[in-house]
Amino acid sequence: MNIIVCIKQVPDTGSVKIDPTTNTLIRSGVPSIINPFDMNAVEAGLSLKDTYGGSVHVITMGPPQADEALRNTIAMGADNACLLSDRAFAGADTLATSYTLSMAVKKIGDFDIILCGKQAIDGDTAQVGPELAEILGLPQMTNVSKLIEVKETTIVVEQELEDGCEIVEVERPCLLTVTKQVNNPRIPSLKNSMRAKKAEIPVWKAADINADEARIGLKGSATQVVKIFEPPKRTDRRILQGDVEEMVTELVTELRKRL
Amino acid sequence: MNYFLTEEQQMIKDLAAKIAAEKAVPLVAELDETEEFPWEVMKTLASSDLFGVYLPEEYGGFGGGVFELCLVTEELSKVCCGMGVCYAASALGTLPILLFGNDAQKQKYLPDIAAGKKLAAFGLTEANAGSDAGAVATTAVRDGDFYVLNGTKQWITNAGEAEVYTVIALTDKAKGIRGASAFIVEKGTPGFTFGKKEKKMGIRCSATRELIFQDCRISKENIIGREGMGFIVAMKTLDRARPGVASQGVGLAQGALDHAVKYSRERVQFGQAISSFQAIQHMLADMATQTEAARALTYAAARMIDSGDENISREAAMSKLFATDVCMKVTTDAVQIFGGYGYMREYPVEKMMRDAKILQIYEGTNQIQRNVIGLALIKESAKKK
Ligand SMILES: Cc1cc2nc3c(=O)[nH]c(=O)nc-3n(C[C@H](O)[C@H](O)[C@H](O)COP(=O)(O)OP(=O)(O)OC[C@H]3O[C@@H](n4cnc5c(N)ncnc54)[C@H](O)[C@@H]3O)c2cc1C
Ligand SMILES: Cc1cc2nc3c(=O)[nH]c(=O)nc-3n(C[C@H](O)[C@H](O)[C@H](O)COP(=O)(O)OP(=O)(O)OC[C@H]3O[C@@H](n4cnc5c(N)ncnc54)[C@H](O)[C@@H]3O)c2cc1C
Repeated sequence: MNIIVCIKQVPDTGSVKIDPTTNTLIRSGVPSIINPFDMNAVEAGLSLKDTYGGSVHVITMGPPQADEALRNTIAMGADNACLLSDRAFAGADTLATSYTLSMAVKKIGDFDIILCGKQAIDGDTAQVGPELAEILGLPQMTNVSKLIEVKETTIVVEQELEDGCEIVEVERPCLLTVTKQVNNPRIPSLKNSMRAKKAEIPVWKAADINADEARIGLKGSATQVVKIFEPPKRTDRRILQGDVEEMVTELVTELRKRL
Repeated sequence: MNYFLTEEQQMIKDLAAKIAAEKAVPLVAELDETEEFPWEVMKTLASSDLFGVYLPEEYGGFGGGVFELCLVTEELSKVCCGMGVCYAASALGTLPILLFGNDAQKQKYLPDIAAGKKLAAFGLTEANAGSDAGAVATTAVRDGDFYVLNGTKQWITNAGEAEVYTVIALTDKAKGIRGASAFIVEKGTPGFTFGKKEKKMGIRCSATRELIFQDCRISKENIIGREGMGFIVAMKTLDRARPGVASQGVGLAQGALDHAVKYSRERVQFGQAISSFQAIQHMLADMATQTEAARALTYAAARMIDSGDENISREAAMSKLFATDVCMKVTTDAVQIFGGYGYMREYPVEKMMRDAKILQIYEGTNQIQRNVIGLALIKESAKKK
């Protein structure tokens, strides 16, 4: 069972602030973490490997610092990692990101399952996984909350829906995006931490993955972020106090006024 | 303070801290209440290879020593001294095999212990043999290819949970303590059972039980070293384990200090944070200085042991004595800084103060440590003449 996991390094959103004058994220001094859902994707890959053998290959597209995120996944037990990093990738939207990832997947070649997080906690679009599957022509299951069974040519998974769960059997190779429910990411081991420290993590540039220059980075993006801003804080809120009856009466009166 | 850890040592410390923060912290208060053994944390320590940090590579360990053991124990004890002792007591039970076991015994037991598949425990104390370890009455009588054990060990940490026990028993009653020998006894051996779990003041998630031997037959292969070496095995083991108890004290003191500093900045009285009162600042300053001094002494003793020096009884005793007395004081002061809140179970320092007390008692009371240090001073002075 050979597995490719796509991870994204994101700012620790707990500590991200928006600069009110420029409306941009204040990124300096904000620690980077692996997108939490991607930790679940890595764990899912590792537990599949523990049960069925094979290997786990982790990839990320990002700045040179994303090397650290990849090393953390090796410390957890991933076999290989590679970093897609090139100035030409800068400014990529989800379309350009997933195209770039797809070219890296092609270069790696042999795989049974691609695992992604359900969404990134910064961009939050939940698009990269599905787009990657489309580009590669793979069946996909999003919001996977349980890996149930691996069969001869398929995998049975549980998918979280709005109002319940669905159990689905998917042909392999396929792409799965996972939620937090799927597992608890493991803590690294000392041996793998040592391996991670010394691991050679190749950096692949656009040319290394034969990427079409028109489809990567800003040029390859179909969308552009025009502006980031914090929605204005609502100031007309009130907290009602007193006994329930009084509060309900007041609430109804207020609501009536606004009808 | 910079202790110039190697890259590997830093990695061990970071990993232990991560496990403490992510796996241990959420369970600390609950396990103190339920008195359940922290298996989940032990399993994480195992899968992270931390049970093998002090064991040789040829037996599946990491090749470190007492110092590495102390780093892990300290990080665990920072959040829960009970979990710290579950980990450290396994090393205490393993040291006799590591120090005096033959190759076959090492091959048989150390790999599983290094992998954390099996915990170990050390059985010396008996009802009438506490500080006076020489008064041990458990017997081991040779019968062909076997030894037959009879007697009861008391207050043994990890008893019932561990798989491998190193036990001191008399092979020659007439010789008293010179007739003591050390044995390996596995859980499940017929004639070997456990007493009820003791109810304790602190370190309540750790398990303390009796080891009961009733005509328990073990193979003669299970003797550690030779007949009559039991007391030496026990004393050399304790010498090497004492910085481990010291590091429980260092970790616990540091944990209490961290809570106290944070709380003092949050608690407002007389219109200001209590941290603005010099009386509080001075208490914190003393707590921090004493904790750091304890750490420095503990690390120095551990490094001295790892250097292969044989003359370490005095330094090992000093580290245990100083760090655990400091720990008692620092945790008591942490409760003081928390005021009435500190006395409440809802706040973490109450447990920390309860946990600290045992450190001045087990693995040789602090009076006994002073005896060891005093005796060493007198011996040394006598030699010079
Ligand atoms: C502050 C900010 C600035 C941005 N600036 C620009 C910009 O200037 N121009 C522009 O066009 N777009 C920009 N974007 C969009 C950005 O490129 C997308 O965030 C990115 O393409 C991934 O989309 P997502 O974060 O929504 O990930 P999702 O689609 O939500 O991620 C789902 C999963 O896909 C995988 N994945 C996502 N990204 C990667 C990656 N890089 N490498 C490997 N796997 C990955 C992970 O498994 C992840 O869990 C910006 C976004 C933010 C938050
Ligand atoms: C929670 C817990 C876990 C333990 N775990 C283990 C374990 O895993 N393995 C094990 O073998 N044992 C274990 N012990 C036993 C522990 O090591 C003993 O309790 C300790 O050595 C003291 O013995 P005692 O309790 O019999 O006290 P005593 O020896 O009865 O001492 C009573 C008091 O007299 C003082 N005293 C005694 N002799 C002298 C002297 N010569 N000079 C000055 N003062 C003296 C002592 O310092 C103490 O203050 C454990 C004990 C506890 C409580």
